[in-house]
Amino acid sequence: MSRFIVRRLFAALLVLFVISVLTFLIFQVIPNGDPAARIGGQHANAATIAEIRHTWGFDKPIYVQYIKTMGQIINGTVVSYSQGVNVLDSIRQGLPATLSLAIGAGIIWLSLGVLFGVITAIRAGRFTDRALTVLSFIGVSSPPFFLGALAIYYLGYKLSIIPLGGYVPLTQNPWHWFTHLIAPWLVLSVLFIGIYSRVLRSTILDTINEDYVRTARAKGLSERQVLVRHVLRNSLIPIVSLWGLDFAQVIGGGAILTESVFNLHGVGQFAAYSISALDVPPVLVVTMLTAFFVVLLSAVVDIIYAVLDPRIRLVG
Amino acid sequence: MADEPLLKVEDLRVSFTTEEGVVHAVDGVSFTVGAGEVLAIVGESGSGKSVTVMSLMGLTRGPNARFEGRALFEGRDLIAASDAELRKVRGAEIAMVFQDPMSSLDPVYRIGHQIVEQIRAHEPDVSKAQAYDRAAELMERVGIPRAGDRLRSYPHEFSGGMRQRVMIAMALSNSPQLLIADEPTTALDVTIQAQILDELRRLSAETGAGIILVTHDLGVVADIADRIVVMYAGRVVEQGSLDELFYDPQHPYTWGLLGSITRIDRDRTQRLPAIPGLPPSLLTPPEGCHFRPRCPHAFERCIEVPGLEARLPQAPEHIDRCWLEPERKRELRQVGDQIGLASPESVGS
Repeated sequence: MSRFIVRRLFAALLVLFVISVLTFLIFQVIPNGDPAARIGGQHANAATIAEIRHTWGFDKPIYVQYIKTMGQIINGTVVSYSQGVNVLDSIRQGLPATLSLAIGAGIIWLSLGVLFGVITAIRAGRFTDRALTVLSFIGVSSPPFFLGALAIYYLGYKLSIIPLGGYVPLTQNPWHWFTHLIAPWLVLSVLFIGIYSRVLRSTILDTINEDYVRTARAKGLSERQVLVRHVLRNSLIPIVSLWGLDFAQVIGGGAILTESVFNLHGVGQFAAYSISALDVPPVLVVTMLTAFFVVLLSAVVDIIYAVLDPRIRLVG
Repeated sequence: MADEPLLKVEDLRVSFTTEEGVVHAVDGVSFTVGAGEVLAIVGESGSGKSVTVMSLMGLTRGPNARFEGRALFEGRDLIAASDAELRKVRGAEIAMVFQDPMSSLDPVYRIGHQIVEQIRAHEPDVSKAQAYDRAAELMERVGIPRAGDRLRSYPHEFSGGMRQRVMIAMALSNSPQLLIADEPTTALDVTIQAQILDELRRLSAETGAGIILVTHDLGVVADIADRIVVMYAGRVVEQGSLDELFYDPQHPYTWGLLGSITRIDRDRTQRLPAIPGLPPSLLTPPEGCHFRPRCPHAFERCIEVPGLEARLPQAPEHIDRCWLEPERKRELRQVGDQIGLASPESVGS
């Protein structure tokens, strides 16, 4: 176990290094990517731009710029080019909204995905199955900005059931926190519910034909016991890994569309703004944050895997 | 066996509706099993032997399956029984051991848990600790060393033979009156096969349970079965005691099975004889005797289905489905110095 952790930590560092280098390089080749021109603004002359280039260090070799930026990230002084604010502070401000969104949605999409997966599997071929299958395809093919816009227009503007957007901290007013988040949670969950229920349905239908399920029936267990203890327990294993990675994405600021539509001011929305401004430092930090969560959650998933399936041994 | 048999199957028919048509997997099968008796059901893959025994447990039930006939077990008809009634029978009064021990145990639970689960499914009053004690006893009884420790192992930590012993221990956990073993040794090494069969025979003798042993290998049943049912393409083609079937087999299909047993005293320079052709499709079985297309001895009359009846006056319990005269059979089944199914060429010449 300790060997597993050490190896994973080492792998995480490697992933973060590679990801940061790639992200940094991408901005060197993007057309119009010159940060000095952007900082200078529309009316800056060549002399001003050259001066900016010199003060910010953009005239140094790429590797020097990379090392300098990474150093600033590590000691917490990295500043955004376009907004001139401390990147880590901005992320810290966005994190509560993003965490609230990710945790709530993660719980909703996992439980509803599993519930619908089980229902469609045990009703396979019948009306409930078909109806939910159609619904899940609609869910999978509805982008969050579309669903979000619908929710805000009808539920928020027309019916005034939900607020029109924004985020209220949990510590400030739990009820408002909830009403501001319920629509984003559901909108973000729809896609995942669709995918998870389809995946689980097919795994259950495969598992149900396993010899050990026949054994469970032959033992005289009730159909419910067979389903929960033997079919579901084995079918949930792939869902765990899906959930881990999707959750890591969202928590690392991946829910850009949902955060932007509902104006949650989370990490994702910050990332969306920074990308459109071709602002390297914040994009770099958010990308590394997402990568960090993906690596962390996949290690957690591997541990849960080994608990769920005793045939799996933890090797780095 | 003067009193009622433990299990009496009467004219069991099982068919499945598929996209291509109706498959008559079991087409009028009757047999009985007495307490302490070992009945072997022998046939190729697709002969309907597994469907027959699984249907007794209700394991083939489904929207596409149709059942006719009766299977009386202690006065109850298993075919007509509700799912809830059958569930009480499964595992408790009739237990089953399956073909593939590698995949028949749930990989995510410890062995002890899986045995205890069955014990407590039928005897909820038994405490967990008592159930674990019983599980350890059962494992010891089927020859698993250090049974107490091994309860904490997972299935993948056992060999195939050991897993099949676990399956047998599990099957015995509620002291069933009838044990159904569906090809219990097919997936195992030959040496392990013999051990498992010995185990089954010993347990039947000890507990007085009846056993139905399903197999495609007549060699397997030679030293364990009391009576044998030979099935072919959904029908019983011959049924009799072990001696009757081995020394005076009446159906050409049985000759073929007997001829294809590997024997240590057989001339090793010759190829092992096989029955030519393939079993028929159960969607469109051949008219008349189902074995007709593969039988080198078929003649005009075989287009009619022969009744399953006793054809030897001295053996009223020995029944078969073949139109050939018993006298003629005695000549035809002799291939060299052994019983077998002659090849079509040698019959034609």
